[in-house]
Amino acid sequence: MEDAIFQIVALLAGTLRIATPLILCAMGGVFSENAGVVDIGLEGKMLAAAFASATVASATGSPWLGLTAGILVACAMSLVHGAACITYRGNQIVSGVAINILASGLTMVFAVAWFHMGGQTPGLDNAARFLPISLPGSESLAGVPLIGPVYANLISGQTLPVYLTIALVFLTAWTLSKTRFGLRLRAVGEEPKAVDAAGISVAGLRYRAVLICGGFTGIAGTYLAIAQNANFSREMSAGQGYIALAALIFGKWKAWGAFWACILFGFLDAVAIRLQGVHIGAFAVPTQAIQAMPYLLTVLLLAGFIGKATAPKNDGVPYEKGE
Amino acid sequence: MTPAIELRGLEKSFGAVRANAGVDMAVPPGTIAGIVGENGAGKTTAMNVVYGMYRADAGEILIDGKAVRHDSPAEAIKHRVGMVHQHFMLVENFTVLENVVLGAEKGALLEAGLAAARTELQRLSDEYGLQVSPDARISDLPVGEQQRVEILKCLYRGARILILDEPTAVLTPQETDRLFRILKALKAQGTTVILISHKLKEIMAATDLVFVMRAGKVVAMRETPNTTREELAELMVGRKVHWQIERVKASPGAAALTVEHLSLAAGGVPLLDDVGFTLHEGEIVGIAGVSGNGQGELLEILSGILKPTGGLIRIGGREITPRHPADASEMRTLGLAHVPEDRLKYAMAGQFTAAETGMLGRQRVLPFKGPNGLIDRAAIARHCGDLMERFDVRPRRIEQLAAHFSGGNQQKLVIAREIACAPKVLLAGQPTRGVDIGAIAFIHRQLMALRDGGCAILLVSCELDEIMGLSDRILVMYGGKIVGEVAGEEADERTIGLMMANVWKGDAA
Repeated sequence: MEDAIFQIVALLAGTLRIATPLILCAMGGVFSENAGVVDIGLEGKMLAAAFASATVASATGSPWLGLTAGILVACAMSLVHGAACITYRGNQIVSGVAINILASGLTMVFAVAWFHMGGQTPGLDNAARFLPISLPGSESLAGVPLIGPVYANLISGQTLPVYLTIALVFLTAWTLSKTRFGLRLRAVGEEPKAVDAAGISVAGLRYRAVLICGGFTGIAGTYLAIAQNANFSREMSAGQGYIALAALIFGKWKAWGAFWACILFGFLDAVAIRLQGVHIGAFAVPTQAIQAMPYLLTVLLLAGFIGKATAPKNDGVPYEKGE
Repeated sequence: MTPAIELRGLEKSFGAVRANAGVDMAVPPGTIAGIVGENGAGKTTAMNVVYGMYRADAGEILIDGKAVRHDSPAEAIKHRVGMVHQHFMLVENFTVLENVVLGAEKGALLEAGLAAARTELQRLSDEYGLQVSPDARISDLPVGEQQRVEILKCLYRGARILILDEPTAVLTPQETDRLFRILKALKAQGTTVILISHKLKEIMAATDLVFVMRAGKVVAMRETPNTTREELAELMVGRKVHWQIERVKASPGAAALTVEHLSLAAGGVPLLDDVGFTLHEGEIVGIAGVSGNGQGELLEILSGILKPTGGLIRIGGREITPRHPADASEMRTLGLAHVPEDRLKYAMAGQFTAAETGMLGRQRVLPFKGPNGLIDRAAIARHCGDLMERFDVRPRRIEQLAAHFSGGNQQKLVIAREIACAPKVLLAGQPTRGVDIGAIAFIHRQLMALRDGGCAILLVSCELDEIMGLSDRILVMYGGKIVGEVAGEEADERTIGLMMANVWKGDAA
C-alpha cells in the first residue's frame, strides 16, 4: 500500500515535470491563437530560449539572467513572427515553420561556434540552475499517511518554473475571461472587423498577444535547459511545441482545457518512462508504442471523441481593412 | 442652423478607382437624411470616411461646425458618431452585453463595466423601444435583433450622429417599420440619422431630406416631401428610367416542373420540409421570404447542385428522387437554366474572359464543341458578341475578364447565357442583386418576354417589390416550408410580410 502510493505520487510528480513546458507553450498559444495568430513556431521559440538561457546562465552563473535571456530571445522571435503575420499579412504557418527552422539551425551554429562541444552548452553548476524547492513542513508531515508523501513529493520539491507555470494558468484563464484585455483579445481572434469598428487597434492587440506568447515560450525553453536539465543539447525541445499545439486544439483553445490536455500528455509520457522494460506475460511492451500514445490520442480524440474543435473564427486570417 | 455634420470636397480613391470625387453635403441636426445612389456611387465609402474606417485623400469633415479629423473609428466615436454597417460588426460567440461594452469597457476589469452596461442597456431599451436580451449570444439572435444590438452599441457610446448602411436589406417589412419607428424616436431626442439605402420607397417613407450620389459626388439634394421616387431614380441614373413593369396577364400552359414533398436535411436539421408546387409554362412564380429560409437550398436542389433527401421533382418526363438524382449538367439537358443567387461563386469564373463566360456549362454542346472534341473558339466569340449585342453588355469586349465587368454587366451576361439556350424552365435567384437601376428594368423586361414566350420561371428574390412586380403567383417560404401562397395581382406587402415572419393567421374578416 505504502509502496503503491509512493509509486503513484512519483508518477504524478513526473507528469507535472514533463507537462510544465507543454503547459507554458500551450498557454502562450492560448493568447496568440485567441487573438487570431496561429503559432506553429512554439517549438522553435522554446528551443531558441533554451539555448539562450543555458548560454547566459553558464556565462554569468545566474539562473535569473538565464531566464531573462530566454524570455528576450523568444519575444524577439515572436516579433519576427508578428511582423510577418500582422504587419505584412503573410502566411502564418509558413512564418511559424521558418521560425522553427531558424531556431534549429541557429542554435546549432552558435553552440558549435562558441562552445565546441558538438552542439551542447557547458554543464551548469547547481547555482546557475533552478533547483527543486523544499516547501516548509514537508518533513513534519512526512509521517502522515497519504498527505505526507503527496505533499513532500508532488506539491513540494518542484522547481520554481513549475510553480510559476501553475500560477500562469490561473492568470491566463482569469485574464481571458475577466479583463478588458481578455475580452478584446477574444474579439480580435473572432471578428477583427468588429474590434476595428469599435476603435481599437487590431494590430496592437495581436502584437501584444504574440509577445505574451513569446514570454511564455521563453520560460518553457529556460525550464528545459536550466531546470529540467543542466545544459542545452541539440533539438532538446524534441517536438514538445507541437504537442503543446495539439493540446491547445484538444483543449478547444481554452486555458483550462489546454492545461488538462497537457497534463494528460505529460501523464502518458511519464507512464512511458515507467513502463520501459515492462513485460506483459512474455511480451515486452515496446516503449515506442507508449511514446506514440499522445500523438495517437490526439488524432483519435480530434477525429470524433471530443466533438468539434472550433478555432476562433479568424484564427490564422490576416486582417485587412475594407470589404 | 449649424449642420450636425458637414462634408466639404471629400475625396477618396482606391488605386485607380475614385470612389469619392468631392462629396459635399450638410445634414441639419435632428433630421433623418437619406443617401441614395447606384452601386458604386460612393455612399458607403463616404460614410466609412466619416466613421474613420478609411482616411480621406482630401476634403473636410465638420461636426457641429468644427473641423475634425477621423483617422480611426476611436476618434469618430469620441465625436459621438456611430455607424451600423451593412455587414454587422458583431462578435458572434459573444453575448449582447459583451458586444455592447467591447471598446467601451470602463476599466481594466470587466465586471463593473458589464454591470453598468446592463443598467444602461435597460434604460436605452425602454426609451427607444430597442428590446434585446443582454445575455443572449449573437449567433442565436435573428438579424433584426442583431441590428438592434448594433444600434445600442452606438447609443451606448453616446452617438448623436447615427449612420446606417442599407439597414433594411435583411429585414422583413414589419421589422423595417419597427426600425423606422426607432429612428423616429431617436430623432425626437435630437439624434441626427443618416440612412444609406437603395430602396427608394423606404427613403420616401423614413427621411426628411435626401442626398443623391452619382459617380462619387452628391448630384442633388431634395426635401423628401417635395420629391418622388421617379425623380430620385432619374437623378441616380442620370437619365429617365422606365419604372413600372408593363405586364400582360399570364396564360399558363402545361406543368413544366412539379415538386412534391421535397425535403432536405443536413445533420438532422431540416433545411427544406415538405415543399410542393407546380410551375407551368408561361408563368412566373415568385418565392418570397427573408433570406436563409430555404430559398437558396431549393434553388440548389432544383438546379442539381444539391441532392434532395426526400421527395420528388418532375421535369421533362424525368422523375428525380433521392435514389435517382440528377446533377447540374443533366438538369440542363432536361431544359433547365439557372441564374444562381451567388453570381460570383456559381455563375462565372472571374479569371475567364467574357467569351468563355458566355458559354460556361455548355462547352460540350454544339456549336461550341468543335471538331476533335476541342472547344471552337471562333464560335464562342461569335456567340458572346451576339449575347452582348442583345443584352447591351458593356463594354462590348469579348476578351475582357469577367471580373472586370461591373456587377450589372456580369449579371446581364449570365442571364443572356442562360436565356440563350431557350430553356423550358428558368430558375432566377436574385436576378437583380447588385445590379444598377437601369439594368434592373432591362432584366425585368427580359424575364417578362421570356415568360410570354412560354418559359416557366421560378423567381427567388429578397426584394419584395421585384417579386410583387413580376410574379403571377407568389409562394412565401419560412423555416424551409412554403407557408403561404398569394395570387400576383392580389398580393399586398403586409400580408406577404406577415407570412415571411410566419405570423399570418389568415383573413379573419
